[in-house]
Amino acid sequence: MAGAAVLGRLTWLVTEVTGAVLETPRVRTLFLDAEGWLGHRAGQHVDVRLTAEDGYQAERSYSIASAPQDGLAITVERLDDGEVSPYLVDEARDGDRFEVRGPIGGYFVWDGTDDAPLLLVAGGSGVVPLMSMIRHRAAVGSSAPARLLYSSRTHEDVIYRAELDELKARNDGLVVFHTLTRSQPEGWTGYARRIDEEILREVAWPPADEPRVFVCGSTRFVDTAADGLVALGYAPESIRTERFGATG
Amino acid sequence: MKTEDLKLDGNAIGGLLLELFGLELTAATSVCGSCGAQGYVGTLEVYVNAPGVVGRCRHCEAVMIRVVRAGNRTWLDLSGTRSLELAS
Repeated sequence: MAGAAVLGRLTWLVTEVTGAVLETPRVRTLFLDAEGWLGHRAGQHVDVRLTAEDGYQAERSYSIASAPQDGLAITVERLDDGEVSPYLVDEARDGDRFEVRGPIGGYFVWDGTDDAPLLLVAGGSGVVPLMSMIRHRAAVGSSAPARLLYSSRTHEDVIYRAELDELKARNDGLVVFHTLTRSQPEGWTGYARRIDEEILREVAWPPADEPRVFVCGSTRFVDTAADGLVALGYAPESIRTERFGATG
Repeated sequence: MKTEDLKLDGNAIGGLLLELFGLELTAATSVCGSCGAQGYVGTLEVYVNAPGVVGRCRHCEAVMIRVVRAGNRTWLDLSGTRSLELAS
């Protein structure tokens, strides 16, 4: 595979953990320094490969959370019976090394080069690649108006809560709509149910505004959101989706 | 868990395709050999829980791509894909 070696992005890159932030009790962001990393676009993901002492290898995909301007960071949700996520969320510490491959994806990306409205719909940790877009939007000073509809189970499960509040308070065209599906704190004024057509109708831009649409979450979440948007008149091909699986 | 919950999309095999072809393929356009529907590879219905990886047409569910790996060999079946168009 000498030919493959020429294309640096094909190969697994040795990556060092340089920092970590616990976002919620089960979600953690890892800052990574990958040797030979060529940068990424907002919305892309990486494959992570862990190798055990006996040679057993496990691979999983994780969305990149950071803006392209800010290096490489992934945000990982712990799935308790997973092979990779419990290590990344609970164990990995500064200086730990594993391998990553990427960046991956050319379909679910937003480069911030036009001013079309942005509609972002996130279920749980599906917010991660959308957060990369939101951070990118802020970093480049994009004038594209953006709406994020973000479904979480509880208030404690809202990833990037403080940063989203802060970005929203800038009043630069980003509006964030939360829905909490399992329990709500006292005095909650946001939505309090799973997303449905009525919520989408209240939040989404009129289809005639030709927004860029990105939906990320579990398969069921993505199907519900996409079907709802189509019912509102969105063309199916205008809705970019990314589903994540139940293996961690 | 229902089979439906195991359905991913073509984004999930972007890394695998990158490894096999040396190209970013999720934004390539594929045409289904069965119904002729055209769409991004990133939108295929993908199942990775089978003994290999299976990608199906989002419209007619026909199998468009199969990848099976065993040891240091990889078996790739694209007979259900009429064409792949890559943007340069």
